[in-house]
Amino acid sequence: MATKYVGNRVKRTEDPRLIQGLGHYVDDIKLPDTLHVAFVRSIYGHARITGVDASAAAKAPGVVAVYTGKDIGKIGGVPCASDLPEMKKPEFLVLASNKALFVGHAIAAVVATDRYLAKDAADMIQVDYEELPAVTEEVKAAAGAPYVHEQFGTNIAYKLTAGEGDIAAAFRSSDKVIKQRILNQRLAPIAMEPRGVLARYYPGEQELTLWSSTQIPHLMRTQVALMLGMPENRLRVITPEVGGGFGSKLNVYAEEALLGWISMQLGQPVKWIESRRENFQSTIHGRAQLGDLEIGIRKDGTVTGLRYNVFADMGAYYQLLTPAIPTLTGLMLSGSYKIPAIQINVTAVFTNKMSTDAYRGAGRPEATYVVERAMDLVAAELGMDPVEVRRKNFPAPNEFPFKTATGLFYDSGDYVLALEKALKNADYKKLGEEQKKARAAGRLVGIGVSTYVEICALGPSAALPAGGWESATVRIEPTGTVTVLTGASPHGQGQETSFAQIAGDELGVSIEAVTVIHGDTSIVQYGIGTFGSRATAVGGTAVFVALQRLKEKASKLAAHLMGVDPATVKFADGRFTSGAKSMAIQEVALHAHLAKSLPEGMEPGLSATYFFEPKNFTFPFGTHICIAEVDKDTGEITLQRYIAVDDCGRVINPLLVDGQVQGGIVQALGQAFYEHVVYDENGQLLTGTLMDYALPRATNCPWMELDRTETPSPVNPLGVKGVGEAGTIGATPCLVNAVIDALAPLGVRHLDMPLKPETLWRIISGNSARSA
Amino acid sequence: MIPTPFDYIAAKSLDEAVALLGKHGEAAKILAGGHSLVPAMKLRLAQPQVLIDISRIKDLAYIREEGNSLRVGAMTTHYALESSKRVRVVSPLLAECAAAIGDVQVRNRGTIGGSVVHADPAADWPAAMIALRVEMVCAGAKGERVIKADDFFVDLLTTAIAPGEVLREIRIPLSQGRTGQSYKKVRHPASGFAVVGVAVNLGLDAAGKCANASIGVTGAAAKAFRAGGAEAALTGKPPDAAVAAAAAAKAADRQDMNSDLYASAEYRRHLVEVTARRAVLAAVGAAK
Ligand SMILES: Cc1cc2nc3c(=O)[nH]c(=O)nc-3n(C[C@H](O)[C@H](O)[C@H](O)COP(=O)(O)OP(=O)(O)OC[C@H]3O[C@@H](n4cnc5c(N)ncnc54)[C@H](O)[C@@H]3O)c2cc1C
Repeated sequence: MATKYVGNRVKRTEDPRLIQGLGHYVDDIKLPDTLHVAFVRSIYGHARITGVDASAAAKAPGVVAVYTGKDIGKIGGVPCASDLPEMKKPEFLVLASNKALFVGHAIAAVVATDRYLAKDAADMIQVDYEELPAVTEEVKAAAGAPYVHEQFGTNIAYKLTAGEGDIAAAFRSSDKVIKQRILNQRLAPIAMEPRGVLARYYPGEQELTLWSSTQIPHLMRTQVALMLGMPENRLRVITPEVGGGFGSKLNVYAEEALLGWISMQLGQPVKWIESRRENFQSTIHGRAQLGDLEIGIRKDGTVTGLRYNVFADMGAYYQLLTPAIPTLTGLMLSGSYKIPAIQINVTAVFTNKMSTDAYRGAGRPEATYVVERAMDLVAAELGMDPVEVRRKNFPAPNEFPFKTATGLFYDSGDYVLALEKALKNADYKKLGEEQKKARAAGRLVGIGVSTYVEICALGPSAALPAGGWESATVRIEPTGTVTVLTGASPHGQGQETSFAQIAGDELGVSIEAVTVIHGDTSIVQYGIGTFGSRATAVGGTAVFVALQRLKEKASKLAAHLMGVDPATVKFADGRFTSGAKSMAIQEVALHAHLAKSLPEGMEPGLSATYFFEPKNFTFPFGTHICIAEVDKDTGEITLQRYIAVDDCGRVINPLLVDGQVQGGIVQALGQAFYEHVVYDENGQLLTGTLMDYALPRATNCPWMELDRTETPSPVNPLGVKGVGEAGTIGATPCLVNAVIDALAPLGVRHLDMPLKPETLWRIISGNSARSA
Repeated sequence: MIPTPFDYIAAKSLDEAVALLGKHGEAAKILAGGHSLVPAMKLRLAQPQVLIDISRIKDLAYIREEGNSLRVGAMTTHYALESSKRVRVVSPLLAECAAAIGDVQVRNRGTIGGSVVHADPAADWPAAMIALRVEMVCAGAKGERVIKADDFFVDLLTTAIAPGEVLREIRIPLSQGRTGQSYKKVRHPASGFAVVGVAVNLGLDAAGKCANASIGVTGAAAKAFRAGGAEAALTGKPPDAAVAAAAAAKAADRQDMNSDLYASAEYRRHLVEVTARRAVLAAVGAAK
């Protein structure tokens, strides 16, 4: 099939409406008679709620209803889809009634005729608190009281050991075991559009519609129907435009069920749009792992074994995938290396904080960071070039499919290829020489390298709690336009463009003739959603296979209509041809709908649906290199260059891939240098606004020199792997490694993120021992 | 992110604004660019019942030269100061400081008057106001009075402006002879405000020695302050690298430093020194 679109830098068809402000986000959807909800949220990290007096609020102007934890008896708890052996399972009710377990924990909901009156009334609600000692540090939490959930008599949510190989023997046989405590600090995903829900219940039809800014409309429909005890087919979830998710909207939140329930009580539409403050407090956070790394090595740089004992901070409750995130860290601890023995010991703990969950990379950036820091620690220990340590431990191309000691099968990969390309693009040898000169001149210049592999296209259903497949329906309408319905619910990634590219090429039609529809459970067949870099690899494949089926049918019908032997029909450029006879696919579609002349047994219409179940994950990989300089006077970091070579398999649209890689690198920059959600010892959130919580700005970003290797994935016919998270995964350790390399002459081997200028200044000025 | 209820009145004249302030007292607040006040209202940290908008009053936004001074109306935006060619010539520190504030959108709405009256400890303008030895012209029910920059900044978010007064104009004495000015800041990565900011205004004599020095520091302490120790260390000396470094080391003398998640007091003190040194050297460079 000639490709006119696939592989080309096709501009995003989503963008004209978005950049003109013509898109519709939840808050842009206005229904008549809509009521507005404001929440009263806990101001304490841990407190007993001894009384809630809503009498003044109930009488306030415009107030229609006030609900507290006592009123919502029948609504089920916030769902958690993952289940691990002997895991403690706290019930997370949609409104707290006895105790508040984190700042931002919803205690009451006020419904009023406008948003302002709702908020004014919420401020009138008197909550009596008895403050309790808070649990905020992972290690202390694991050690004992006070407890987040008294009934468990422990803060340990679960313990888990995973990995293969005899780790004790591996360490015995090594020349040295390097140890390092490593922090993956707590981060806030901060989507540009906060969450938002609009709920409308029609009492006559008994039909509830929820508009929600979510990544998973169908999974949400199932879960909210269960929470509300209503038939799933009476619930419709619509995700209009979504202004970023990064995993934070891969969730089912209390507000989603509660808004639906309130609308059912009142028979009127109700809306809640999250404020940025609420977004910091009660939308999931990410990372929050503190671990001890041990890595066994031989004198030549060969890694013999790796152990990671990690405390994973769950927060006070589980959201959808909270407990599963550290298991992904465990899976990815082999990185792109051949490590014969690996063990992870997870101690998951409850703390008086918002739940952690999947944030761009979800457990994998944490692992990659640990492994890539480990490689640099090995290099520093042995005085080897970090690149050589990595090369030494790569599996050879002929060792694929490669089985890791964490139980994964890396199906394909040529890590040396990406590494060599990055070294060449960076001119690594010259970088080293320049660094020498800079150091001689007293400058602190560092080179950072990371060679990552990541796990994408989540994933086989066996590995996911609620199905790992994805669905697509494609149809050609009577007038010849093409409709693609995808169960993946893209929210900014650009699949309206890339799926149209696939359909355009497969059907030989212009992409203007293709419309990609997603995010409405009453229109689109059941689907799983967009997360884990899966939408194109799994959802795109479903589209691709559905298109083949559609063409098969159309080809048979064309043969019938042209009166030729089906075996002689060829399809190219949108036309079925047999000898001198030829028909456009649109004509065939019209005949399929008119159905006046169909082959024996053929159904009318021209559409095909396919549910694609992947056999394995995909394993993108790459090498990132950057150069950082630290200001000796202030400790501030400047990035001089950033070079990335990523292999995400076959590229449908290089423009979209570049955008994903760039965005990923920028979010890595956030973790490496700026971001940290800080709670104090009482569980107060100290970084609760964008005036305190620093996100990287355009002016902080280096020019990114992006390149690719393109080894197709064998697990899907498109050969694509996924690229949504790769940048974040590859870049975080690369950035940190560069800064630590810059400070290496001062004896620095490791520093925890974010690399704040003050920390660096203290080291440079030799007073790091003094307290901050 | 939703303010408490308030009334809004657009004053048509300065007199009307003053009269309205008198009438509503403590319950009222002047609204200029709204870029400090409105965010505080959205967090319900400020809960004024009446807003008196002065942005529609004619002739409160201007930049004029009168004799040896530059007159800047309180409603003049940061952007107007940054982009004025004349300001760049006669008072480059004003333009440089304006350009260091926030981003273009903020600079297009925020006003110099609003910034100095708000007296955020991390705001940029107060450093420049001190270094330039400006005078604040305030209008009240009993007429006008003039407050010197050094007396204007009283404490955290507190100035010498009295309840019922409106800041009308800022008068900037224009330096004569060989002068050099510079503003340098360390930006907070989240807010963009000054972790520390140092404004330097130097006069050099014919021999190239520092004839006079005026240095304002912001971000570092509860309020912007004059770096008297540094000024004294520069005056009468050739401002070379060693002199600049010695002077900078005195810039935070006798001041208690702020401390927050981003920068401890100790680090801030150090940053004042580094920033002062850089600003002095830049000012000297500009004077040549
Ligand atoms: C995103 C963002 C980034 C920013 N970054 C920076 C930065 O980097 N550096 C910096 O210095 N500032 C920064 N600011 C603040 C900005 O400069 C404000 O515009 C300024 O501090 C206040 O000016 P305003 O005109 O907006 O005043 P307003 O917010 O309208 O008023 C501020 C206060 O002053 C009072 N007031 C205003 N004018 C008068 C007057 N003429 N007489 C009496 N009282 C008056 C008001 O009653 C109010 O109490 C930022 C603001 C935002 C929103």
